[in-house]
Amino acid sequence: MKPKNQRLVLVSAAIAALLVAALLAMWGLRNQASYFLTPADIAAGKAEEAKAMRLGGMVEAGSIKHLPDGVTIRFVLTDGKAQTRVVYRGIVPDLFREGSGAVAEGRLVDGIFVADTILAKHDERYMPPELGNLAAEHKAGKTLEQ
Amino acid sequence: MIAEAGLAALWLAAALAALQLLLMVLALRTQIEIGRPMRAVAVVQGMLTIIAFAMLLILFARSDMSVALVFENSNSAKPFIYKVAGAWGNHEGSMLLWVTILAASGAFLGLFSRRASERTLVAALGAQGALALGFYGFLLLASNPFARLVPAPADGRGLNPLLQDPGLAFHPPTLYLGYVGLSVAFSLAVGALLTGEVDSRLARAMRPWVLAAWVLLTVGITAGSYWAYYELGWGGYWFWDPVENASLMPWLAATALLHSINVLAARGALKAWTMMLAVIAFSMSMVGTFLVRSGILTSVHAFAIDPQRGTFLLALLGIYVGAAFVLFAVRGASLKEGAPFELVSRESGLVINNLILSVILGVVFVGTLYPLFVEAVSGEKMSVGAPYFNLVAGPLALLLALLVGAGPLLAWRRERRPVFKRLIIPALLGITALAITFLLAPSMGLLPRLGLLVAAFLAAASILPISGRNPLRAPLATWGMVVSHFGIAVALAGMAANAAFTKERLAIADPGERLSVGPWLVQLESVTPTAGKNWTGIEADLSASRGAGPITLRPQSRFFSDPPMETNEADIRTFWNGQLYSVLGKQDASGAWQLRLWWKPFVTLIWAGGGLIALGGLMALVGRLWRRRRRLAAPESEWRGAGYA
Repeated sequence: MKPKNQRLVLVSAAIAALLVAALLAMWGLRNQASYFLTPADIAAGKAEEAKAMRLGGMVEAGSIKHLPDGVTIRFVLTDGKAQTRVVYRGIVPDLFREGSGAVAEGRLVDGIFVADTILAKHDERYMPPELGNLAAEHKAGKTLEQ
Repeated sequence: MIAEAGLAALWLAAALAALQLLLMVLALRTQIEIGRPMRAVAVVQGMLTIIAFAMLLILFARSDMSVALVFENSNSAKPFIYKVAGAWGNHEGSMLLWVTILAASGAFLGLFSRRASERTLVAALGAQGALALGFYGFLLLASNPFARLVPAPADGRGLNPLLQDPGLAFHPPTLYLGYVGLSVAFSLAVGALLTGEVDSRLARAMRPWVLAAWVLLTVGITAGSYWAYYELGWGGYWFWDPVENASLMPWLAATALLHSINVLAARGALKAWTMMLAVIAFSMSMVGTFLVRSGILTSVHAFAIDPQRGTFLLALLGIYVGAAFVLFAVRGASLKEGAPFELVSRESGLVINNLILSVILGVVFVGTLYPLFVEAVSGEKMSVGAPYFNLVAGPLALLLALLVGAGPLLAWRRERRPVFKRLIIPALLGITALAITFLLAPSMGLLPRLGLLVAAFLAAASILPISGRNPLRAPLATWGMVVSHFGIAVALAGMAANAAFTKERLAIADPGERLSVGPWLVQLESVTPTAGKNWTGIEADLSASRGAGPITLRPQSRFFSDPPMETNEADIRTFWNGQLYSVLGKQDASGAWQLRLWWKPFVTLIWAGGGLIALGGLMALVGRLWRRRRRLAAPESEWRGAGYA
């Protein structure tokens, strides 16, 4: 191969790689990106049944119920406007408690959110991105009430 | 006084960084020989930052609560090692560590680099000064680690208990060393583009830095993965969290750079491509730093609420990356093309490797930044998680691993021998592995099945470059490549085994009750209170047996008071064929305890593989540096043209 052609081939290969990456990413995002919803979004009918998504909100005080098997819990997530019932089988993360924020990963089945994972992070200052302003609004609401 | 001394050292270092930038402009504009003063300035700048960082360490070791940063992140009751580690377990301290490593590597470059031409070195040190200057500005103007607190409080707030772990105390410095090591490659690339001296000499000057940075990144990522695995109690080793991707992206770019730099060093080809990768690799370090340190991951809105730091870092990122790309656009096209090569050759193999790595980097980059982008543009919130990354990056990684077996067999320039015949035995091994999975685990998923196939193929193929020759006479760098490539096969086998064969048991048990998980029978003996230096907790006593005598596991749940927090301490037992992983959960109303048990066959291979990959890099580094000393001792004619990977 002549050096000039070689450069041409290399440049086209690089551009092709970029295109492939962009197309793959777009395809993957369309299929697999999970949407972040709040209880209000679900009440408004924005959630597709059985599609993977994340649900964020505050755990409603007094809503955590343990089922007889000892490892399944039910609780209610709220964003102040609506509530969603959540069921989760597993050990809840350390930071999970009533009145604090939580993100559940899972899907909606017959109006109940079946969670595969409840998210917690290794820095107490870290809030799941989607919850950041929810928590801020929550605090702001409290101060206003006072 | 200590805090003020640290601050003064930082200001002085910033002034010297500015001087480096000026000296570079002077050197490029005139023909004045400026090498010696430039080297001296870089060395003093490095020493000053080391002094500043040492001051911070002393402040933390002495629990000096009159310094705001110490108050926020330390507590006098903390174990000594975590007091010291608290120095970098926070925003300001870790940024100071960042700039310290940056300046220290500049000093190291100034002291020892004799490979690149003096002009290129001067330009590179100037670029290094410009980089450092931006970060000094960030520290001094937006995140001063030495700010005083008046009046001084009696005691501090403590360090997040989850960070009080030996693994995590040393994890960030390792990654930072890797990130910042790439800054030297960046500066050398910028310097060479400025002087127009992009050649194999430059590649050889750059290579040890890239190798060292890559080894440290590999170690950091592997250790971080193991930390997440045992500390978070989820039993997973990689979560595709943006913070993890922030370290993976520079690693992917550095891996590509490491391979293309060999082409440039050995054959003088792929000049522009290698320079671009050097720029991209450090840009990814900056993107990672920006993601982790700007607070943007916490929330795009948090970024808007406290915009100073985020904007500052984004501006630095924009300036450096932008300037480097402009420089590349202006100078890159005028680089002379290197030695030609044929379609089937070692060069082509490495180009394909680079292209696949770039595509993986692209999809990880898009997946990581897309949610931020969407929220910034439309306010819609979304998250991109493991399903996307596994689906898109998984098959690409498998394809790459398959090609890793073939690439090193090819000759430079052009390959006319029937080399692929040598791959018949590895291919047969792969097919055998596939057949065994169909026999033993017919319901296995497709990706793990392919993973085991590729792992078996690659494990055999990776050894081929040293088979059939005297292994003692093969250069250490070749051995390094073999070990690294074998490590990929080992890690892949571990991932596939973990995905396919893990057995999980989640149940509630009263003391005396037995649970089975995989081949194990686990009995809950008792749950008792326990305490450590700064925590209290409860501990389960589990006895597990599998035929032979029982072993004991003691998972704990800990409660810390400063700051108030609970953590889970999983107890994990390692055997040659897997790990038994136990987590103690909550107590229910009837007094029974939640237990989560996993039997994870061969899961340790994941990190053993990571260790081998890093070890291979280290062997290559040692081999290169040792060979160079021999070469410098020998007359030039003896080794000219002998440079192969």
